[in-house]
Amino acid sequence: MKEKLEQIKAEAIAQIQAAEVPEKLNDVRVKFLGKKGELTAVLKGMKDVAPEDRPRVGQMVNDARAAIEALLEESRAKMENAIREQKMKEEVIDVTLPSKKNIMGHRHPNTIALEEVERIFIGMGYEVVEGPEVEYDEYNFEKLNIPADHPAKDEQDTFYINKDIVLRTQTSPVQARVMEQGKLPIRMIAPGRVFRSDEVDATHSPSFHQIEGLVIDRQISFADLKGTLEVFAKELFGTETRTKFRPHHFPFTEPSAEMDVSCFKCGGKGCRFCKGSGWIEILGCGMVHPHVLEMCGIDPEEYNGFAFGVGLERIALLKYEIDDMRLLYENDIRFLEQF
Amino acid sequence: MNTSLSWIKAYVPDLDVSAQEYTDAMTLSGTKVEGYEKLDKDLDKIVIGQIKKIEKHPDADKLIVCQVDVGTETVQIVTGAPNVKEGDKIPVVLDGGRVAGGHEPGQKVAGGIKIKKGKLRGVESNGMMCSIEELGTTREMYPEAPEYGIYIFPEDAAVGESAVKALGLDDAIFEYEITSNRVDCFSVIGIAREAAATFRKEFRPPVVTPTGNDEDVNGYIKVTVENPELCPRYCARVVKNIKIGPSPKWMQRRLASVGIRPINNLVDITNYVMEEYGQPMHAYDLDTIAGHHIIVRNAKNGDKFTTLDGQERDLDEDVIMICDGEKEVGIGGIMGGENSMITDDVKTMLFEAACFDGVNIRKSSKRIGLRTDASAKFEKGLDPNNAQAAIDRACQLVEEMGAGEVVGGMVDVYGKKKEPVRVPFDARKINLMLGTELSEGEMLGYFKMLGLEYDAEAKEVIAPTFRQDLACLADLAEEVARFYGYDNIPTTLPSGESTMGKLSYKLRIEEAARDIAEFCGFSQGMTYSFESPKVFDRLMIPEDSPLRRTVDIMNPLGEDYSIMRTTSLDGMLTSLATNYNRRNKDVRLYELGNIYLPKQIPLTELPEERMQFTLGMYGEGDFFTMKGVVEEFFEKVGMKKKEVYNPDSGKPYLHPGRQANIVYEGQVVGYLGEVHPEVADTYGIGERAYIAVIDMPEIVKNATFDRKYTGIAKYPAVTRDISMVVPKSVLVGQIEEVIEKKGGSYLESYKLFDLYEGAQIKAGFKSVAYSIVFRAKDKTLEEADVSAAMKKILKALEELGIELRQ
Repeated sequence: MKEKLEQIKAEAIAQIQAAEVPEKLNDVRVKFLGKKGELTAVLKGMKDVAPEDRPRVGQMVNDARAAIEALLEESRAKMENAIREQKMKEEVIDVTLPSKKNIMGHRHPNTIALEEVERIFIGMGYEVVEGPEVEYDEYNFEKLNIPADHPAKDEQDTFYINKDIVLRTQTSPVQARVMEQGKLPIRMIAPGRVFRSDEVDATHSPSFHQIEGLVIDRQISFADLKGTLEVFAKELFGTETRTKFRPHHFPFTEPSAEMDVSCFKCGGKGCRFCKGSGWIEILGCGMVHPHVLEMCGIDPEEYNGFAFGVGLERIALLKYEIDDMRLLYENDIRFLEQF
Repeated sequence: MNTSLSWIKAYVPDLDVSAQEYTDAMTLSGTKVEGYEKLDKDLDKIVIGQIKKIEKHPDADKLIVCQVDVGTETVQIVTGAPNVKEGDKIPVVLDGGRVAGGHEPGQKVAGGIKIKKGKLRGVESNGMMCSIEELGTTREMYPEAPEYGIYIFPEDAAVGESAVKALGLDDAIFEYEITSNRVDCFSVIGIAREAAATFRKEFRPPVVTPTGNDEDVNGYIKVTVENPELCPRYCARVVKNIKIGPSPKWMQRRLASVGIRPINNLVDITNYVMEEYGQPMHAYDLDTIAGHHIIVRNAKNGDKFTTLDGQERDLDEDVIMICDGEKEVGIGGIMGGENSMITDDVKTMLFEAACFDGVNIRKSSKRIGLRTDASAKFEKGLDPNNAQAAIDRACQLVEEMGAGEVVGGMVDVYGKKKEPVRVPFDARKINLMLGTELSEGEMLGYFKMLGLEYDAEAKEVIAPTFRQDLACLADLAEEVARFYGYDNIPTTLPSGESTMGKLSYKLRIEEAARDIAEFCGFSQGMTYSFESPKVFDRLMIPEDSPLRRTVDIMNPLGEDYSIMRTTSLDGMLTSLATNYNRRNKDVRLYELGNIYLPKQIPLTELPEERMQFTLGMYGEGDFFTMKGVVEEFFEKVGMKKKEVYNPDSGKPYLHPGRQANIVYEGQVVGYLGEVHPEVADTYGIGERAYIAVIDMPEIVKNATFDRKYTGIAKYPAVTRDISMVVPKSVLVGQIEEVIEKKGGSYLESYKLFDLYEGAQIKAGFKSVAYSIVFRAKDKTLEEADVSAAMKKILKALEELGIELRQ
């Protein structure tokens, strides 16, 4: 009996080892372990074995079966592995072939610059608001302390619809509109389109964008204005950026200033970009004039604040090194695709 | 406004700074220097030499050989100049030095010309003698220089010293950007006052001494001002026994340095005082003034007048005229008349220093089309108290220069005298405003430097009338900040109540629009808000269309920019055409911009501004590509209901068979379609182009960023496919409407999977196939559930004339 089992086992092992493909292994399994297999036949012959020998023989049969199964499994795994390896060898691709891309559109450089600015100020607790582009003379000028005969109101700068309605020349009227709503404190920026009667050339456009900023609260100081705009400049142009505040004049702020930033091209050493000065003029700002506060219904004894105005195109042109403003309004796809 | 450094130093004698230091410091204290030009920037190694000996050049008739003492040595110089003789003192540029240009005026060379020793026709020459032009300047600055030849110094010039210094060319000319509030700084004295304060040096303005003989000016001239609101002050003085001649060199040089051509002593004095004091003056020949009576009044409409430049000018009733007993003699504040101008044989002269209303001058000068140095100053709005100072200064110069005999006294028509403004001062508040901790004494120190007095008792700063920009505490705070230094003010961040940073809801939706458009391959364009009224014809918009009711600009840059757009199409089509012209392929653009719809015409209130999301494309893709973008966008902003496309949208600029209104919840929220071929032709787009315009206010109304989870289906779906033969006139939209309406509560989705028109289908019909999916949330559907729904659907479809294909 034992010899018979040994012989079956040896034969099965020999056949497993001779198998070249997984199908052959299956044949071996059927031949030896299947219902009509040789090993199964031995089990069927157990009735001829003396009852006292049966457990021992049974054990031997099971051992033989386990040994064959283990070997079958091992061989199958080896074979499949080899096949997979072979398959992958045949599947090598040229990874340097072109990629398959979804064709995406591109955002206008003005918008990219605007979103940068918005991100910075939203982070400092500013709300982004809007105002009308066609605006009352009263908001564009008078409430900003620009009286009827001020040179800034000259026709040569302002597009008039009629004597009371203009195309806003600045985003500053949004200041007046927000202040009038009377919800204090205020921290807002107001981006938008503005219009001036300038002929189109490389640095001028009759339609462009500004971003107005306004903070009104108890106890705001010029130092706060400087600090805020310094944070802004460093965020927008890099942490190395230095700022310089120069006195200036705007009718709706007092004291007023213009802010220069150190040239981000040469770091302030002086280059063609900054016309040798090392500085680039970025924005106008100042403490909101007490008359403006009064005209908008805010008590200047209790509240004060600061305001600033940035030219969006100016930032976009500088930041992305665009040398002609006309490109911004032509919408040539070869230009837009670079952003 | 320009000044030379030397002119500033005349009033701030202790000022010792380089041009760059001056520029930087003045700009930081508020007098912005735009730029400067150093007169000696291209001059190097130029000394005063004296010609000791002149000999003929052995080989050249037109050259001479000079032995020149240059202080340290005697050098040999060969020259062709005709005007030098032995003993002359001349500017000499030594070997290795530089001059600014060639001999002829206007021959300046950037960086200058280097002079090296060499041989001229075989004779050694160790430098060059210089003409005034070679020194980079002009005979206007140096009227004593010969027209042709070498500049010759006066006999007392020191040999060996710097010729640049001796000529005063170690100077710089500054160009300032003066802000409109600082009228006083449109004068050399005003800027000098700022310079003195900036550098903490003493300010020494000219000392004007009393002038005039024993006579009384009232015996010579009478002045009547009929329009005192436009001419608040008129000062007149008389000079007799005029001696016309050149003005002194220093005055000519100062005038020339700021770009004013010297003419003669009288003209130069008026110009000089205008620059020095910022007060324009005018000189009349008194003998031409009829009745010796000056009358200031307004002109009459239709009047004509010939100004001293010989031009006839058209006047109107808002123009201020200076007249005599009979006629007009000058346009007040703008230009004098030809009939009263000073000529070389003037005997007696009337000086006018008046103050005119700035706004009137600005507007008149624009209407007449004549802007002069005088009007440019007047239009800023001058200080009437400065007029007297200026006229007295002019008379002082007349006496000093011996230009005539000044008659005693001044005719002064001055209504309400302008008084200084008193501004309450509070150091604590200024510190709070600035974020500084300055002492009251420091602040008062700055005021004092600027010529502002302080009334300690009343705690008021007294702003002189030339500082009309000072009216409230904030103005004083700025003066403190300027001289403490903006850069020295600390930097802090606002404290106080915290606020929420955010985008408005509308802006969030616009952001979503940008995201989707770009995701779908559209790039963002920007176009102008104003356009030509011709766009309506280009877009084939009918005459009676409300789109033609526009907001018009009164003073546009031209017809092409004269109306505010009522449709965003022109900008988009123009941009597509630009790209098409430039042979760009497969172009997809979008724009977010307003249209402007008047509520009434003429406008009495602001027009409605409606944000339009406009998409345009040509090249790859079609109507349905565009439709897909619209639907992606709606989904992104939470507009989950089914939008309806109505082909009866009636847009004349779109292909009549390929256009639709986009209807959401019964409301038109936009439209899309193929651009009408004729319109595409007009714009020059040579391919099929598609556009979609979405009216954003409607989107803002319907959009939501709320999302709710509805669970994932647990039970299996049942799918039924139907294949139909459909009359061509029936839109698949109608079929879908039926499926939605009749599908019942188990209807989950449906999908068109086949559409065929052609040979196998009978004429006038198309084959359409839909896959319809049913599912219940709470059970596995029974056959009966689905069949009931399908029956209803099929019945309704039959009513549309649709046959079911077996």
